Amino acid sequence: MCGSIDLKALLAESGVGEVLDELDRELVGLVPVKTRLREIASLLVVDKARAALGVEGAKPALHMCFTGNPGTGKTTVAMRMAAILHRLGHVRKGHLVAVTRDDLVGQYIGHTAPKTREVLKRAMGGVLFIDEAYYLYRPENERDYGQEAIEILMQVMENQRDDLVVIFAGYKSRMDTFFQSNPGLGSRVAHHIDFPDYSVAELEAIADRMVVGLGLRLSDAARQALGEYLALRRQQANFANARSLRNALDRARLRQARRLLEAGRVDAAMLMTIEAEDIRASRVFDAAQARDTAREGPC
Amino acid sequence: MRITQGTFSYLPDLTDEQTARQVEYALEQGWAVSLEYTDDPHPRNVYWEMWGMPMFDLKDAAGMLGELRECRKAHPDCYIKLNAFDSTRGFETMRMSFIVHRPPVEARYKLRREEGPARLVRYTIERA
Repeated sequence: MCGSIDLKALLAESGVGEVLDELDRELVGLVPVKTRLREIASLLVVDKARAALGVEGAKPALHMCFTGNPGTGKTTVAMRMAAILHRLGHVRKGHLVAVTRDDLVGQYIGHTAPKTREVLKRAMGGVLFIDEAYYLYRPENERDYGQEAIEILMQVMENQRDDLVVIFAGYKSRMDTFFQSNPGLGSRVAHHIDFPDYSVAELEAIADRMVVGLGLRLSDAARQALGEYLALRRQQANFANARSLRNALDRARLRQARRLLEAGRVDAAMLMTIEAEDIRASRVFDAAQARDTAREGPC
Repeated sequence: MRITQGTFSYLPDLTDEQTARQVEYALEQGWAVSLEYTDDPHPRNVYWEMWGMPMFDLKDAAGMLGELRECRKAHPDCYIKLNAFDSTRGFETMRMSFIVHRPPVEARYKLRREEGPARLVRYTIERA
């Protein structure tokens, strides 16, 4: 083999470094996800170098499965994934088509195949993101049309892997059962990436970015209140990580707006600042207090 | 008889790869591609059957190639053409249209002469 290639230069040239750095900067936490993305990027760069030196190899299959609790950033990362794969030249167009069961499975016999094909056609050259993919398979109903959609998907994933990348997403345990009951599908998905829950510190860092995005800022007391709020909220049912945080901030904005109207006269700083009382008015604190009182017993 | 119509009719048939590149061009221009088929490729027959809806949300030519494969499988003995429709105000018409599949045995046409009043001769093309 003659000739050599500077991989670092190739990486810089593809502009993937920027996307990955941006990912590091803009997304808090998610270390396993970022590591895997870097690995995939490296693989594609190395493959490019191989091709440049004349070593022909089949393109790797990059179908993925994102598992994790709600609000851990699966969709956000999928969007980035489309951009990264596009920069690396793995997909030609780099758009993301996000679908759920309703978009793939039909209502009557013969409706499913055209529907699934239609979606696949739109996703060609980009990334197909199937959210809550386990709903495709309903074992309790043997005449369910989901199976038909799965079969078409499998066929395209195998035969047209150059044309599109499929990403499945959903909760860990249910995705595991889904792949167990559809081994053909599971074996075609090379990358299983697990999105961990955020810690309180990470959620606070996310909150800082969110408020900047909303054109607001948190006072020091409010920041502390938010920390306490998150610690309590995490223990409650239906905690959806960053999504719960966004909802909490939205409600805090509502309370801030009401408070400001009651105050009557405001200045720019007041308009921008969320105070501790906006956050402490949340029911989460009431619930926690009630629980504490109950534990102490009547006195 | 080799039937020719539409864009590139003076060229040999495009390969699938060349067709895909034409589709890429059409998509870049924002035109919607669609497939139509017929067993009657008479030049005056403008009513070809639609193969599904025009592919309005298509981003990549691979999607069209898949449809073309399906269409060929279903209608191997028909003519299939690909249209690219430009919806821009002022155009609102096909900007490109060419045959992408023809049957193994092509349709034959012949010229018919008809004697009219006062030795007027009328010509028409009809299926042989």
